[in-house]
Amino acid sequence: MTSLTESADKTVDKSFDDTTVTEAIEVEHTATVARENRETVGEQFVDTARMTCRDVDVYYSDKHAIKNVTLDIGHNEVIAMIGPSGCGKSTFLRCLNRMNDTIDGCRVSGTIEIDGQDIYHKSMDVVPLRAQVGMVFQKPNPFPKSIYENIAYGPRIHGLAQNKAELDEIVERSLERAGLWDEVKDRMEQPGTGLSGGQQQRLCIARTIAVSPEVILMDEPCSALDPIATAKVEELIDELREHYTIAIVTHSMQQAARVSQRTAYFHLGDLIEVGETNQIFTNPRHQLTEDYITGRFG
Amino acid sequence: MNRPATGQSQAGKKPPNSMEMVRASLPKRYAREKRFQWYGRVAIGMALLFLSLLFISIVGNGYTAFQQTYVKLDVYFDPDRIDPSGDRAPDALSAGDYGGVVKQTLRNMFPEVRGRRDKRTLYGLVSTGADFKLREMVLADPSLIGETATLWVPADDDVDMLMKGHIDRSLPEEDRRLKDKQLAWIDRLVDEGRVEKRFNTTFFTAGDSREPELAGIWGAAVGSMFTLAVTLLLSFPLGVATAVYLEEFAPKNRWTDLIEVNINNLAAVPSIVFGLLGLAVFINFFGLPRSAPVVGGLVLTLMTLPTIIIASRAALKSVPPSIREAALGVGASKMQAIFHHILPLAMPGMLTGTIIGMAQALGETAPLLMIGMVAFIVDIPGGVTEPATVLPVQIYLWADSPERAFVERTSAAIMVLLAFLITMNALAVILRKRFERRW
Repeated sequence: MTSLTESADKTVDKSFDDTTVTEAIEVEHTATVARENRETVGEQFVDTARMTCRDVDVYYSDKHAIKNVTLDIGHNEVIAMIGPSGCGKSTFLRCLNRMNDTIDGCRVSGTIEIDGQDIYHKSMDVVPLRAQVGMVFQKPNPFPKSIYENIAYGPRIHGLAQNKAELDEIVERSLERAGLWDEVKDRMEQPGTGLSGGQQQRLCIARTIAVSPEVILMDEPCSALDPIATAKVEELIDELREHYTIAIVTHSMQQAARVSQRTAYFHLGDLIEVGETNQIFTNPRHQLTEDYITGRFG
Repeated sequence: MNRPATGQSQAGKKPPNSMEMVRASLPKRYAREKRFQWYGRVAIGMALLFLSLLFISIVGNGYTAFQQTYVKLDVYFDPDRIDPSGDRAPDALSAGDYGGVVKQTLRNMFPEVRGRRDKRTLYGLVSTGADFKLREMVLADPSLIGETATLWVPADDDVDMLMKGHIDRSLPEEDRRLKDKQLAWIDRLVDEGRVEKRFNTTFFTAGDSREPELAGIWGAAVGSMFTLAVTLLLSFPLGVATAVYLEEFAPKNRWTDLIEVNINNLAAVPSIVFGLLGLAVFINFFGLPRSAPVVGGLVLTLMTLPTIIIASRAALKSVPPSIREAALGVGASKMQAIFHHILPLAMPGMLTGTIIGMAQALGETAPLLMIGMVAFIVDIPGGVTEPATVLPVQIYLWADSPERAFVERTSAAIMVLLAFLITMNALAVILRKRFERRW
């Protein structure tokens, strides 16, 4: 156990100073874990965890969607969640800011903590939680309002700005961080829905960071975008890592490899393997992970 | 490979060319499409035909009601009849014998008429509304007393009908509403240029009356407006609140299922049942006034609520879930997400449903009969608790009246009602267009 934590710790440290973690493969092994074994292998734990998930189970009415997942999400890291369709990675992501509450018949057990606070505790208020853990969705979903209003809405309802000038500043800063400011600064009053798909998604990212969250959850943020827009969003994710912890669900293994430091592989509701991204893609320990990344299924 | 069994039995033969099969089936497919389009065209044509039949018959019957025959009289405002005491006190003036003045005027115009019976038929040429007109004039300007003035007064409805060609002169006298003598007098008046058809302002400004030439639609229109105002004020907030609660907040369980089924059932309950309920609950139990728009509004609210709730729920359902997620995702509370984002997007649908419901309520007659809004009410209602009637009930009442002149007024009232409906539907379209947003 200690060795696991240490190695994970090292991974995270490495990721701070160097984004291209190529030479950091430390755990050499030859024998892969068999397909039938559904125990999680790899480094589930990190020392500087922002969010900790322990024995999380999710049920949709009778369907057992997530089975006993234990995973840490570290400070300022990008963790990618990959796996075949229907494996539960989006479900797991939506547990992290309780977006699953809106789904009828969804039940979550186990504990998920953010900075030591149980988010499923009775006393936990989802409104500040969702301000703390923002979310970007698969399909760009700007409000059918002006670009300015899209960004200003979150800060306004949370009372983050005392006056118009402060609000303007938040809007500008968020758009700048999302790399959208130069493209939209002259048309702030135009509807957000009039932007191109990639711009809309960056607008949604700007809307999310306008409420200064600590963690940003991204649910396949690039699946509806073309390669150029995807490249821009990926670049943006890389920059955002400086200030935020990001958990991203993606169908593209290349994208996971490009943007993340750690990768978690889900299979039919089980968390099969977690590890440093580089290790997962070059030297997976579990047979299922290997099958998936080598394209044998999925 | 995955051909059905029949394919395998033909395995020995050369497989048919699939392109040929496609081509062979094409004419049939196109013919079917064309036929279907024609069905649609015929259906629309039929609808338009019946609509135009409806409009032609209503307008054809009713347009004459917008004109009214007037007779020119040279009236001597006789001080002895109007103000016998001579002190010009308003009370005395309003009690003056204006009918006598009119009769005197007519006698002066036709001095050859003798005998009580003939005189009475002579007086019948002019509407009793002439008396009221004289009184109004004198009350407004007492200096008229003692003067002679030339003025136009409404003719009796039978004269009006004759002028509009609805009375057949060739019929034997006993089958006619107008006697031969009256015809002669009218012809003389026409020759003298004393008869004229004018725009019928009375129809648009007066309340109901037993005399067709004095009857107007305004009383019923005001009653309809008061009733609909009560209905709108109650049913829109209640309906939208119910829809929002059921759609967004209520847990989905057996109770809410039961409520939903019952709301759907209520939408199909015959409207007269709501009238009975209004009679039993609002009038008999709560003691609200009879024939009043407030009770009519309450009853129509009950009738309209299911329509509004169902339409509003459908509108809420049609808001894409991504908007809801977006709002919740930035930390909006459920309430904020609903009021800031979902409701504005659902509003066009809700308004459409509401206006359809209101249009339905505007045309509703049966429940209002049960709560006494079928009464004969001459005064124009001044508030929601005063006795009133509504447009469709007025149409029903007039359609029931025996006078020929009410036939055209019934059609004219239907035109007014249809104008109301068209205005409301146009409003619905405009509101929907204005609130509609892309997402």
